Amino acid sequence: MDTNLIIGIINIILIGTTPLIFAAIGELVVEKSGVLNLGLEGMMLVGAVSAFVTLVLTGNYFFALIISIVSGLLMSGFFAFLVLYLMANQVATGLALTIFGIGISSMIGKNYIGTPIEGMSPYFFIVISIIIVFLIGLFFKRTKMGLIVKAVGESHSSAHSLGFNVIKIRFLSILFGGSMSALAGFYMSICYAPMWQEGMIAGRGWIALALVVFATWKAERILLGAYIFGGVAIMQMNLQAFGIKLPGQFFNMLPYIVTILVLVIISGNKLRIKMSAPSCLSIPFNKNQ
Amino acid sequence: MNPYLIRIENISKNYSGVLANNNVSFNIRKGKIHALLGENGAGKSTIVKILYGLIAPDKGDIFLNNTKIVFKTPSEAKLQGIGMVFQHFSLFESLTVSENLILGIEEKISFDQLKNKVKVISEKYDLSLNLDSPINNLSAGEKQSVEIVRALLQEPEILIMDEPTSVLTPIEAEVLFSTLKKLIKEGKTILYITHKLEEVIKNCEEVTIMRNGNVITTCAASGETKESLALKMLGYKVNSQITDYSSISEELLISAKNLNKKFNDPFLTDLNNISFDVYKGEIFGIAGVAGNGQRELMELLTGENIGKVDGKLTFKNKEITNFTTKQRRDLGIGFVPEDRLGHSAIPELSLSENILLSNFPNNNFSKFGILNFKEIELQAKNVIKEFNVKAPNQETFAMNLSGGNLQKFVIGREIKSNPQILIVFQPTWGVDAGAESFIKESLIKLSKEGTSLIIISQDLDELIEITHKISVISKGSLSKHFKTRSLDIKKLGIMMGGVID
Amino acid sequence: MIKIVPRGNSSKSMFIFAPFLSVIFTLITASIIFFIMGYNPIEAIIIFFYSPISNLYGISELLVKATPLCLIAIGLSFCFKNNLYNIGAEGQLTMGAIFGGGIGIYFYDVSSFLILPAMIIAGAIGGALWAMIPAILKTKFNTNEILTSLMLAYVALLILDYLVVGPWRDPEGFNFPKTRGFGESGRMPVLYQGLRVHFGLIITLILVFISYFIYSKTIFGYQLKVSGYSPRAAKFAGYNKNYLIFSAFAISGAFAGIAGIGEVSGPIGLLYRDISPNYGFTAIIVCFLGRLDPLGIILASLVIALTYLGAEDAQLFLRIPAAVGFVFQGLVLFFLLGTDLLVNFKIKVKEKHGY
Repeated sequence: MDTNLIIGIINIILIGTTPLIFAAIGELVVEKSGVLNLGLEGMMLVGAVSAFVTLVLTGNYFFALIISIVSGLLMSGFFAFLVLYLMANQVATGLALTIFGIGISSMIGKNYIGTPIEGMSPYFFIVISIIIVFLIGLFFKRTKMGLIVKAVGESHSSAHSLGFNVIKIRFLSILFGGSMSALAGFYMSICYAPMWQEGMIAGRGWIALALVVFATWKAERILLGAYIFGGVAIMQMNLQAFGIKLPGQFFNMLPYIVTILVLVIISGNKLRIKMSAPSCLSIPFNKNQ
Repeated sequence: MNPYLIRIENISKNYSGVLANNNVSFNIRKGKIHALLGENGAGKSTIVKILYGLIAPDKGDIFLNNTKIVFKTPSEAKLQGIGMVFQHFSLFESLTVSENLILGIEEKISFDQLKNKVKVISEKYDLSLNLDSPINNLSAGEKQSVEIVRALLQEPEILIMDEPTSVLTPIEAEVLFSTLKKLIKEGKTILYITHKLEEVIKNCEEVTIMRNGNVITTCAASGETKESLALKMLGYKVNSQITDYSSISEELLISAKNLNKKFNDPFLTDLNNISFDVYKGEIFGIAGVAGNGQRELMELLTGENIGKVDGKLTFKNKEITNFTTKQRRDLGIGFVPEDRLGHSAIPELSLSENILLSNFPNNNFSKFGILNFKEIELQAKNVIKEFNVKAPNQETFAMNLSGGNLQKFVIGREIKSNPQILIVFQPTWGVDAGAESFIKESLIKLSKEGTSLIIISQDLDELIEITHKISVISKGSLSKHFKTRSLDIKKLGIMMGGVID
Repeated sequence: MIKIVPRGNSSKSMFIFAPFLSVIFTLITASIIFFIMGYNPIEAIIIFFYSPISNLYGISELLVKATPLCLIAIGLSFCFKNNLYNIGAEGQLTMGAIFGGGIGIYFYDVSSFLILPAMIIAGAIGGALWAMIPAILKTKFNTNEILTSLMLAYVALLILDYLVVGPWRDPEGFNFPKTRGFGESGRMPVLYQGLRVHFGLIITLILVFISYFIYSKTIFGYQLKVSGYSPRAAKFAGYNKNYLIFSAFAISGAFAGIAGIGEVSGPIGLLYRDISPNYGFTAIIVCFLGRLDPLGIILASLVIALTYLGAEDAQLFLRIPAAVGFVFQGLVLFFLLGTDLLVNFKIKVKEKHGY
């Protein structure tokens, strides 16, 4: 293989996996605090459509980014209200968030399908995604606030007895996760596509969830996982370079099948999952009990 | 001048219809170990949680140094000089000791500062810690040291200790009391919560006795005896059981030979060379401090977690080492695990439905997989009646029963299934004194009828009361057994600390 | 000050009442949304929720939509009761349609009363096999079934896509991505001449009744319930955990598969890309809204089916995008999860206390 091909492949991997990194690093913080938000797909869709519509209406990229993030905060804030204050089942609420997000995004975006826009260069966001991952890594390793988030996810009752405000810490973590998902959506519709298409996230939210498991809840491994994943998923190019011909649908299946295989490999080691998963993940906390 | 450090006046707290504290009032003198004595559910934990700012009272006042205080969070209590050591450790298992300590300190602190402070405290009170070790590698005693050091780092004036010796060996408990006495010498005050009468008499100066959410009295501990305290705590006299050896027969029922199990899991204790014999009609007790492999041994005996086991477990000369739970039940082995809610019973189901969790030989509960509710209800009614379970009827949800009544139901259910051997883990954990004595009586009666029992318990007094022979489990190893009648308690205490020959 | 206080006992009436409350809240929110969009809310609500079922044709359409929703949801309840989050019913439905539909295409010119039953059985097998994959991965490798079942849904949709543009494409279909139509023997008989409501409804009702029987009267149903409430208690009782996982997934996959073949051999009559408007995902809402209870699921499937019809009418008459149906479905579930709080807790409005 010549250098150009390798650079090309790396380029494609970086461009393709950045939304996964944004969404996964956000979800990692949420899960570290002990909450499972399965609504990434929905929040990404809404983030994508709100960014796109804002850009079309105002022509301002900065506004598009702000409105996108706000949409993520609203969606995740609503989720947080349900699971933290009303103690709703986190799995079901996350699913509801996704279904709601699918509906509201295609409703908002109905008249914008196929509207042409000037896309933004992805490279700025690729750098930002790497920086965020390392910052989050430092946050958990070096700061007391990071330690507190970890402690809340480890044992909310202990954290409560020590006087930490479990609900507030989880609320903020969920909001961070929501804004990261929205940022991933922004990237999809403004940088990656750039266009709006119903259901354009195409399962990336779920793949990001799998990435968190793959990374065994360690920030830096999100990058590693995303890039390995991206590499395998674009094997299409390599395979075609070797002259293997398959119908397009089978190449499109690769990301999903790779995700399943990755989960199988990583979860097979029960002890590893038990040691690294936050102990209170998806268990509701009620301070009155 | 008011001599009291803390005055608690007319505190009431209602928990979804249950009055946990009813006009609770008592005063604590400075520089004393003040005991708060009461049964499970007497309201002790509620009042100290209120004092520590964890829950808000419905009414009433607390005065610290004659100033009325209202703590909204434990942080505020800590800053006013109140520290607390919890019964179920409020530690973070997968974090290290130093991380746990940092989390307990309100101010900003660097790692070096922490190290120095911890060193000072460790030396002063003989509490040694390994700062880099994760909590899940520590023994119960070491975990408690972490809790105490964490509380002391805030330099509290008053330290609340919630049942601290329930997880300690007798020797560790001695060490704890000498630490507490050092604290008292420095003028600190300790509020000591317990249900153990002896501790009050030996180590405390004043005692407040609570029953059913009410304060019965506050008095000097020196004038009391075990009997007088028990009467005030329970409101009635309890007769102790008498062990009867006549029921034991020659027939060997269950026997373990060198059972070994490696879990490869830092949260679990590996089991080494477990051997024992239990004869028909015999009650075999396994003593030990929590977290020394009891749970793992229980799961090995029930077959809930077998995996790869070395060694041999035989029941009536038949090897059952790798039998599943169902196969064991079919042979007439019954189990009562420790946890009632979600293990031996399902809180969300009715008592009738809970009957089905156990194995009744030759039952008419179902035909071709289709349930016969009449028969099931009948059995539930029988258990409720014979075992004195206080429940409106058999359709009551298990979650609506008190701990003692649910435990009576669970044990009754297992007894009614006519087991040849019943293996019980913590039979009277968290139940009231009335249920406790009823359960003990039922177990002794069962052995007289020819059923063998293995009782794993952290309550040594209970084992001494009802068993025929006792072994000690420590760090996953089981000692040889001792006849309960001629027991050397001191030696047992040493073995519980880890010296097993 | 508003305080949330535990009830102590969970409230049975609230358990039943909360789904109704959530539907009412959704209606209120819907009218607010319509109002904001500039429509007369009452008129919009009537067009959305009443006109679609104001005549016999509309009721038949409601049943056509409710049939797959109800059938998939009742299948899912086997998984959800056991705390297994199978969210890939869309894939199992697709596989059912492929397996059964394959027979329909192969025998398109054969007339035999055996073809339809063979298609239904093949559909059930296809759905069950597809559902077994997450079950096997969960039992053998401890893999989270939420993610695997969902990933497999995407894979199944791509397989269908491959088939209808590739090997199974109708040779006389002008290159449209669809297969040839099934023969008359491969179609579900309609229940009433001139309406689309079909025999799948009868199959669904029979399976709902069987499920009701399994839940309330058999040991198997009891074991599912126990292991859902507490896996530890199921271990204590000596139940075979893997067997329960396999059967729950197999049943829910088979039901989804039958729903899939019901769609393609019923109203559609051939295979193409969009055989299901998200029935597999929406059935999750039906299942929760129906409280995992057979009767509840029947009612919930009618309510949710109405959001499909209403959305179509709203698009037609009010030019509101049909996706508004999904918005309402999401809202119903949100409100349900929120009002669920009332089952175990009371809301107490307290005067501010003196201290």
